[in-house]
Amino acid sequence: MTATVEPEVGKSRRRKEDARLITGRTRWTDNIALPGMLHMAILRSPAAHARIAAIDTSAAKGMSGVLAVVTGADLAEEQGSLPCAWAITPDMKNPPHPALAVDTVHYAGEAVAVVVARSSAEAQDALEAIDVDYDDLPVVLDMEAAIADDAPLVHESLGTNKNALWVFDSAEAGTGGSVDEAIAAGEVVIERKYRQQRLIPAFMEPRSVLCDPTGEQFTLWSATQIPHILRLMLALTLGVPEHKIRVIAPDVGGGFGGKLQVTPEELLVFLLARRLGKPVKYTETRSEAMATAHHGRDQIQRLTLSARRDGTITGLKVDLLADMGAYLSLVTPGIPILGAFMYNAIYKIPAYRFSCTNVFTNKVMTDAYRGAGRPEATFAIERLMDELAAELELDPMEVRERNWIRHEEFPFTTVCGLTYDSGNYEAATDKAKELFDYDGLRREQLERRERGDAVQLGVGISTFTEMCGLAPSRVLGSLSYGAGGWEHAAIRMLPSGKVEVVTGSSPHGQGHETAWSQIVADQLGVPFEDVEVLHGDTQSSHKGMDTYGSRSLTVGAIAVVKAADKVIAKARRIAAHMLECGEDDLDFAGGRFTVRGTDKGAGIGDIALAVFAAHDLPDGVEPSLDSEATFDPENFSFPHGTHLCATEVDTETGRVTIRKYVCVDDVGKVVNPLIVEGQVHGGLAQGIAQALFEEAVHDENGTLTTGTFADYLLPSAADLPSFVTDRTETPSTTNPLGVKGVGEAGTIASTPAVVNAIVDAVRHLGVDDIEMPCTPFRVWSAIHGRTADTSGGQAGGGLGSIQGGLQ
Amino acid sequence: MIPSAFDYARPSTVEEAVQALVDAGEDAKVLAGGQSLLPVLRMRLAAPTVVVDIGRVPELRGITEDADNVVIGAMTTHYDVARDHLVQDHASLIARATETVADPQIRHRGTFGGSLAHADPAGDLLAPALALGAVMVVAGPNGRREVPASEFFVDYFTTTLAADELLVAVKVPKHTGWLSHYEKFNRVAQAWSIVAVGVSLRVSGGQIADARVGLTNMASVPVRAVGVEQALIGQPAGADVLRAAAEHAAEGTSPGSDGNGDAAYRSQLAKVLTGRALSMAVGG
Repeated sequence: MTATVEPEVGKSRRRKEDARLITGRTRWTDNIALPGMLHMAILRSPAAHARIAAIDTSAAKGMSGVLAVVTGADLAEEQGSLPCAWAITPDMKNPPHPALAVDTVHYAGEAVAVVVARSSAEAQDALEAIDVDYDDLPVVLDMEAAIADDAPLVHESLGTNKNALWVFDSAEAGTGGSVDEAIAAGEVVIERKYRQQRLIPAFMEPRSVLCDPTGEQFTLWSATQIPHILRLMLALTLGVPEHKIRVIAPDVGGGFGGKLQVTPEELLVFLLARRLGKPVKYTETRSEAMATAHHGRDQIQRLTLSARRDGTITGLKVDLLADMGAYLSLVTPGIPILGAFMYNAIYKIPAYRFSCTNVFTNKVMTDAYRGAGRPEATFAIERLMDELAAELELDPMEVRERNWIRHEEFPFTTVCGLTYDSGNYEAATDKAKELFDYDGLRREQLERRERGDAVQLGVGISTFTEMCGLAPSRVLGSLSYGAGGWEHAAIRMLPSGKVEVVTGSSPHGQGHETAWSQIVADQLGVPFEDVEVLHGDTQSSHKGMDTYGSRSLTVGAIAVVKAADKVIAKARRIAAHMLECGEDDLDFAGGRFTVRGTDKGAGIGDIALAVFAAHDLPDGVEPSLDSEATFDPENFSFPHGTHLCATEVDTETGRVTIRKYVCVDDVGKVVNPLIVEGQVHGGLAQGIAQALFEEAVHDENGTLTTGTFADYLLPSAADLPSFVTDRTETPSTTNPLGVKGVGEAGTIASTPAVVNAIVDAVRHLGVDDIEMPCTPFRVWSAIHGRTADTSGGQAGGGLGSIQGGLQ
Repeated sequence: MIPSAFDYARPSTVEEAVQALVDAGEDAKVLAGGQSLLPVLRMRLAAPTVVVDIGRVPELRGITEDADNVVIGAMTTHYDVARDHLVQDHASLIARATETVADPQIRHRGTFGGSLAHADPAGDLLAPALALGAVMVVAGPNGRREVPASEFFVDYFTTTLAADELLVAVKVPKHTGWLSHYEKFNRVAQAWSIVAVGVSLRVSGGQIADARVGLTNMASVPVRAVGVEQALIGQPAGADVLRAAAEHAAEGTSPGSDGNGDAAYRSQLAKVLTGRALSMAVGG
């Protein structure tokens, strides 16, 4: 008899890992201490571009507790160049990227010397005794200025500030028409320029790294999203044999792409530990994280959209400038390219051209940040849809409906050549409009306009999709990416019937341990509590491509399912032997093989024990149920949804208040609704923050002036509305679970919804754009026809002002 | 984030604290609630040779009254100030402003006196103290002196406190029964004020008998909006009067500029927020 067991998949389980993560009583890298451990501190350049004329470390070397003071010149022979794994074009310019600057610094915050001491306090004190002479060089900050003919150069040796030009043209690719012809023939042509401001990932746990050189292998703990990639890159960069390195990403407190990196600090800790023969640890300060962990976004978008007067889009041309910062980090040049395939979004655009010029500046590198290329693309097209609607005096939803792919048209091959496997934009939109009271809010908007209310109401739409689940290896190959996009998993059946799941997708807060346990519990028919998920250690999880790009569930968990299939296949043969029947006579359900038509059966745990004993196995069968699988997706997953935002804009102060936010997301089948809800909420907060709050600002010298949380504003719950979230469920057809990614959806969708709502509220006052973040000052200035000069001066508030006041 | 090395003094009386400051010379910093000093120390924006921790001087904590004043000990936390009945009854503007300071964690550590002595013009307690005519009680090597708020604040982060002086208490003249509101404008809940306005009105028989209006972050020091006050006193507490009075809010101010706003924008905010503060004060 098999009891009917409620499936685990679909249950809103609370995350099993949360108690230890939230209380911090767990293995964060900085919580780990080893005998004899030393501490590293880094002296960073205050100049954004300067030649290092001299460094005097003699005083620092004599200070209490100091074991080593090392400069770039000391490491020049062994430090190699930090890796960039994505050469987007064959002629891409890639300057040497030393972990420790040797003769020139190229951004403020770049490491110029390190101290290793017995305590972190002693290391910090010794930094102040290092004397560096800098000869200032011209600072290049603005992308448009950087590509002018006579611009000073970030890297003299390159002869240009352009990293690469990358182009996709649908006419050339044979996937669509000529955009120039479309624009020439356009009944309506809209041109816009949008700025995607620079953002700081601002993960909760600062980065930390510890290297123990005392064993046969070097063991490196790092607060990283990518332990597997890091191991390979350490080997390739430093020339250390890969098998002599073990990398552990213990519990990691957030990343948002910001820890998808091989960092100077990881290399330096490794090199110093090797040099001194003792464990060395480095944990960055929050200020160091803000200034030197890679930033995100930072693009200028020039957009041209052509359409017929009925609102049908005929062509889209995208010209980007993308700020690389001073060097190329792991995937820096490829981030804008990830957006190239998303500007057409959910719409049937017949002609499309995308070109992106990557530009070097004297700022910290940009690289992956939640959404990575797709938020920028989604913002551009969703803002343009509203602009087109305004131009044609149509309802912006009507314009979208006219152009989107209808649900009966799937699978649909886009103008970029991607095949969207499934989707139902009508269903998500219908549900969202109903939850939002779209018509009611439009009525109120009209009333407020008519009575000239000081507080105007706006409605913003974002009918987004995105490509995630990175990625089919052959697609990555076609984009010249340096690796594949598969994922690995293994399942170990323990003699007692418990299960260990090994995943190559190393979480940093996503809840893999819970979700994977739910999936395996269903696949193998074992209790949720009997599953342990192991990850993030190259010793236990020897293969993996790690966690980013909303790939864990759509790639990593599918590998888990495939491994479970193999366990069951192995167990079936043994069960047939134990139950003296043919394999075809067996049914497997609820963790039990039963002989069809009888009450005979054996549980998966019984079989695991029998395999452990191995006393009586069929001939030629190895005594193990353990299995592994590597899954390479055949396609991306394409979550989509309709986000509707109502904002109240106070025309007297410029303050924007989100009155209502409704999103209906379609992320396919859902493993754990609570985790999905959490991802959506967090994603919304981050996308709304780009629209309203966050901006990395540099002064004319290239110094980051928003280097603390007093100046770089992150919203808290008090600054956000209650979100109304719901889902439609159109299963993905390209994986056996029918799942799509959800990690980035909220971030990608929400930013344009908010900005569209703000512009919609004040469009009748002559406003058709407000630069992000839409601060009260910027909104008020736009309404009153002024330009908001945000370059500053002095006023009270913020730690920047304290610094000023103390000088 | 590790501060430079410093000596640490933990006096238990005001006299010991002053002596510690005298002994330290120019390079001492007083540690009150630590909400501004600790970040500055940890970021090494300041490197005092001595930190004098006044956290265990009982005399500095608590709120009392005399015939004319509410007397707030310098080390009283924002949390304790905001919920204190004497403050609520006799200096309600102080309570309203204190409720808006930063976030609950900071309000439990940060102190009234520490905030005033730090003298960030974006700090929310300076303008209300000025508006209500508060008097600073200052202890030094030669005894105590009293400094009116109007003379206490000198510039950004600068007061008339000498290096060997300590702010002990603040006497706030009783404004019993006055109607108050503090209208704060910032970008996220825990942020400093871009501009804020504190108003306190004595309304009698529908007439505004007296008015005090203080502006936060409209100059390098807190500012009293005298023009607004004059436009209110003796007038009926009606919407038109309040609106017209608010138009005077930016007079005599010299607001700074930063990424959150330039001088013109801050002046606009001062007027709008003053209007709203007045309206909230009279209308609730």
